[in-house]
Amino acid sequence: MSLEVLGITVLWVFLYGYLIIASIDFGAGFFAYYARVTKREHIMSKLISRYLSPVWEVTNVFFVFFFVGLIGFFPDTAYYLGTALLLPGSVAIILLSIRGAFYAFGNYGVSNNTFFLFLYGATGLLIPAALSTALTISEGGFLEETENGVVFLAGELFTSFYSWSVVLLAIVSVLYISASFLTFYADRAEDADSREILRKFSLFWSAPTILASFLVFLSLQQHNPEHFEKALDLWWMFGLSFVFFLIATILVYMKKNYGIAFISVMLQFFFAFFGYGASHLPYIVYPYVTITGSVVNETMGTALIVVFIAGLLLLIPSLFLLMRLFLFDADYVKGKK
Amino acid sequence: MELDSVMLSRILTASTLMFHAIFATVGVGIPIFIMIAEFLGIKRKDADLLVLARRWARGYTITVAVGVVTGTAIGLQLSLLWPSFMQLAGQVIALPLFMETFAFFFEAIFLGIYLYTWDRFSNRWYHWLLTIPVVIGSTLSAFFITSVNAFMNNPQGFDLVDGETVNIQPLAAMFNPATWPKVFHVVMSSYMTAAFILAAIAALAILRKKGSDYHKKALRIAMVAGLVFASGTALAGDLSAKYLAEYQPEKLAAAEWHFETETNADLIVFGTINEEGEVSNALRIPGMLSFLSGNSFDTEVIGLNEFPEEEQPPLWIHYAFDIMVGIGMFSLLISGIFIVLMLFKRFNEWNKPLLWSIVASGPLAMIAIECGWVLAEVGRQPWILRGFMTVEEGATTSGDVGIALIMFILLYIVLAIFTVTVLTKMFKNRPPEAEVEKRYPNGWVE
Repeated sequence: MSLEVLGITVLWVFLYGYLIIASIDFGAGFFAYYARVTKREHIMSKLISRYLSPVWEVTNVFFVFFFVGLIGFFPDTAYYLGTALLLPGSVAIILLSIRGAFYAFGNYGVSNNTFFLFLYGATGLLIPAALSTALTISEGGFLEETENGVVFLAGELFTSFYSWSVVLLAIVSVLYISASFLTFYADRAEDADSREILRKFSLFWSAPTILASFLVFLSLQQHNPEHFEKALDLWWMFGLSFVFFLIATILVYMKKNYGIAFISVMLQFFFAFFGYGASHLPYIVYPYVTITGSVVNETMGTALIVVFIAGLLLLIPSLFLLMRLFLFDADYVKGKK
Repeated sequence: MELDSVMLSRILTASTLMFHAIFATVGVGIPIFIMIAEFLGIKRKDADLLVLARRWARGYTITVAVGVVTGTAIGLQLSLLWPSFMQLAGQVIALPLFMETFAFFFEAIFLGIYLYTWDRFSNRWYHWLLTIPVVIGSTLSAFFITSVNAFMNNPQGFDLVDGETVNIQPLAAMFNPATWPKVFHVVMSSYMTAAFILAAIAALAILRKKGSDYHKKALRIAMVAGLVFASGTALAGDLSAKYLAEYQPEKLAAAEWHFETETNADLIVFGTINEEGEVSNALRIPGMLSFLSGNSFDTEVIGLNEFPEEEQPPLWIHYAFDIMVGIGMFSLLISGIFIVLMLFKRFNEWNKPLLWSIVASGPLAMIAIECGWVLAEVGRQPWILRGFMTVEEGATTSGDVGIALIMFILLYIVLAIFTVTVLTKMFKNRPPEAEVEKRYPNGWVE
């Protein structure tokens, strides 16, 4: 495997990891707030906070890892995306900051502050929208290279059908992924009340998720026909994604095997996300940055790969420990520890 | 001062960094104190110290959260505001940037585990062991990110041929001559600042309530560590001066208002300077600058006049230098006095003037950190990459920096207000004595 393919694969895996765990986190914040305002707090929020508290900082790291890695492996993206994303990127950082800080203020500092919980819940839906603009911009059509540098066409982005369909998909998938995970988690905690509510959420958001996915496909055909054609060549990946969606929904509907249902949701997004990524190649930012043209020099690339492997040897056992202590420890999940 | 996107980018970067520096510094420094308190607590079976470790850890969580979010902000802002610089830096310095995220990851995982497993292990030492990866992770992230900054001061490990970067050596770039003195200085001063902040909190509590054992133990730990780390910081500062004299003489010369190259150069302390570059009201220590630069009065110190005017850093960095060194000396002095009084029983180390000086030393140490960073960063103007790229060449061409600046300033104000309020609320109505009583009703640890 060549260096650039290896690099983009590593980064894509991390972005996928962020997609899953951040979705759980963002959605959980929204559900916690929703439970508070509908006076059903005693049911869900304890469960949610038991899951979130030990892992929120780790979620954040996945994101930092992705963008530092992207600049490391493909420095040209810093030049193009950096200029274009100044505004949407700043908005995303500010939302992430408010969310992270107020989560800590609320959970470790003063508890039961509805305003803190509101900030936490609301930003959870706005952040995916802000972050998804980076993917939209990478499809091309929103950047122009002039003599004075790269110009970002913000007006085009705001009026683009494609851009809005991506935002829609980002928000509904967050709620769908999160609800599916929390259903499983509530089931493990033997918390039947929470499980029932979350199960309904999961079923409720499944239809919009799949509809929004089709919408993105349709608008992509208009916006970037070249990418759309390449996606059609990888039809089997999107087909598998749909099959796993059906498995997940049916299992949740039949009230059994929530664990396998959540794994199916993960596989649903895995195939869709990797199918999308693979068909986007060789472009990172269409049509200015390709993986071959922008890859870092070979010495640095090799050094990064070496460090990456060493880092994984450190991280995988640590993450395993974290999950064993908090996610798969039946007593902790049930709130006995 | 023209408010173009270059200037606005500089202001925004400076605001983020100065705000982040507060939380980053305590983020690097405090884990070691949690580690010490819990270690002594378990070893001596001392309930006070175990509660102390818990309370330090609880406050620490809030500062870590703000540190994480502002750290994410600066991480992204580097690419958003300085795209051309990051394009070049990505080629040469991606390695430590990448490694920093691993260190951060490592710390995040174990901090999460540490905070939620206080009473989960029957053997207390297992819980204490979790502080080791937290300390290592936070110190290593300081190491890696400082080596990136060192590279900006002393770029090496690549050649620039017709605008192309070639012959890249990642390790040479990472371990440039500035790396060791800088890392040593950053780590020592972070430990030192954490010590004086924790000491200031304990001293204030003693002044208000007249001595509970809990606060006295906290103050002793912080002061002993404070003396050790303040001495380490002074040594690191000396190494930094020697580094500057050899590799970045223009920064040292601007900081010291040293214009003519000469041996037996004077050290200028305090003072003011006018438009013509005449210094008044200053204390001159003969030959001291030469001595600090190379351990001999005969050392030749390069003067600012050797550099073209457009490559000279601004002269006001001298004030930042004086404040930083002055506070360092003050901290060394009061921690020294406290230790001496503590060791000889016939003196009283809990006297009011000393306690008030300790209260002052906390915020002062943080001011010293800010001054030190201002000196280090403004002192390499006009370069973003010394000798290779000016700040102007690295900045974004986007016209939206102004809006971003306003949004971020508002964010920092909100975060600052809430951090202070939440931290105060956390501790105000929950006195440590009550917590000791509740957790360890027998007054000791089994």
